Amino acid sequence: MFTATMAALLAAMILALGRLYLGPTLYDRVLSANSFGTKTVLLIGVMGFLTGRPDFLDISLLYALINFIGTIAVLKFFRYRTLGDRVGPSGDRQ
Amino acid sequence: MSALITDAVSWALLAAGSLLVVVGALGLIRMPDFYTRMHAAGITDTLGADLILLGLMVQAGFSLVTVKLLLIAAFLFFTSPTSTHAIANAALTAGLKPRVAESPGAGKGSAAPEGGEP
Amino acid sequence: MSIEAIINIALFVFLGLTAFAILKLRALFAVVMLSAVFSLVSAALLVHLDAVDVAFTEAAVGAGISTVLMLATLALTSRHEKAPTRSQALPLIVVFLTGFALVYGTLDMPRFGDPQAPIQVHVAPKYIADTQSEIGIPNIVTAVLASYRGFDTLGEVTVIFTAGIGVLLLLAAFIREPEGLRVQTMDHHLVLRVVTKVLIGPILLFALYVQFHADYGPGGGFQAGIIFASAFIIYALVFGLENARKAVPGRAVRLLVACGVLLYGGVGFVSFLFGKNYLNYSVLGADQVAGQHLGILLVEFGVGLTVAAVMVSTFYAFSGQNPPIGDEDW
Repeated sequence: MFTATMAALLAAMILALGRLYLGPTLYDRVLSANSFGTKTVLLIGVMGFLTGRPDFLDISLLYALINFIGTIAVLKFFRYRTLGDRVGPSGDRQ
Repeated sequence: MSALITDAVSWALLAAGSLLVVVGALGLIRMPDFYTRMHAAGITDTLGADLILLGLMVQAGFSLVTVKLLLIAAFLFFTSPTSTHAIANAALTAGLKPRVAESPGAGKGSAAPEGGEP
Repeated sequence: MSIEAIINIALFVFLGLTAFAILKLRALFAVVMLSAVFSLVSAALLVHLDAVDVAFTEAAVGAGISTVLMLATLALTSRHEKAPTRSQALPLIVVFLTGFALVYGTLDMPRFGDPQAPIQVHVAPKYIADTQSEIGIPNIVTAVLASYRGFDTLGEVTVIFTAGIGVLLLLAAFIREPEGLRVQTMDHHLVLRVVTKVLIGPILLFALYVQFHADYGPGGGFQAGIIFASAFIIYALVFGLENARKAVPGRAVRLLVACGVLLYGGVGFVSFLFGKNYLNYSVLGADQVAGQHLGILLVEFGVGLTVAAVMVSTFYAFSGQNPPIGDEDW
């Protein structure tokens, strides 16, 4: 059963990878990278059970905690064009 | 006997989760524009992920592993919708229009330049 | 074919596909996203190969920091890769020759997982046999990293220290603060602000867990330092760089960069003073095992301090600049 779940996750990952490659907008890419991250969390979890040593969930936990930092950075970057604070008059999108 | 029930329950949960993950990924590829794709990705991130984690929890029983799985589920529960919300918000503010029936083609993703003008 | 082999092959195919896509795409933003995926797949592969500590490092770096730093670099440079102006035949030949030489070299290597391979029969049996009696911690990787191979790790920390100093030197020379700008934080993103507030606590806690649990499970100073820095970086992203600088001033961070290396080297110096070899922690406690425990804890803390401080100050240096880009470039 873990094998079937694993296969499903791998298939889903390759589809997400396809969308990441195709685009077309950058938001599609962020979305599929984000979705790929969630699938990796699940994959590492299932992998532990498949090999009979489910003790390495710390890595999944780590991804679950900080995978969204990348997403936030991307969005801040595209909205304000900087990761810092200062935005010129042209970058103001309020 | 109870082992059989545990296995059956966890397998059912895993199967349902796997199905939803694959369906979500198919939607991510097949749906016509960004907002509908986001809808498909949401299936994977919420119900699919939680069902799989739940299935693993049933397998693990009462142990540290279950606590970690619960934490993973809790953090995914917070972070996934947040990032999805942030992406949608950014796309909408940047002027990416949803594709609607009244104006076919008007909301095509390619109509708005990447990171386009407000 | 066993399931393990199939998973390995599938993950390697993913890596190959991702690398190919990175080569094909010219939009550098997509390349950043793909390299995040590349790192995710590598981490999964390393978990599957049982290199859990390495996988942890890959996960800690790839999950957030590397994306953030690459984006910061894009902000300072350009968003599109320039098309090559010269013929690419020569580079292609060089790559093919190098690849051929490397593949040819692997023919002499022992089979994957061979118990008779040199790596398995050299010092590894000694570490495996003696760790419990000499150091007394369950995670042999940490014992090797911090105690048996303490010199190597000191070298690695020094490399990170040097790299951090180099980045700061380079970027400090180009700080531009144009007039007429105003501070812009993500004030209107209520959802983001609330969720970030909720998550920063657990992230810091998790970093402490990874730092001090390294004797028993995967983790250690390198991973914990990155996770710690991630918490500060996400605070800076959502609540503004100014506020982050108020909480952790840049000067303090730069001081901590040196403090970590100093702590590591200092521990070695203390064992020096007690008449033992450099970085022999046995003299630090009442008996050998207690001394080793304390020594490993201290040097791992030094590693964590330096790594976290280097990451935060690199982020400050990158994001503190105003990228000189106009609307027409976008």
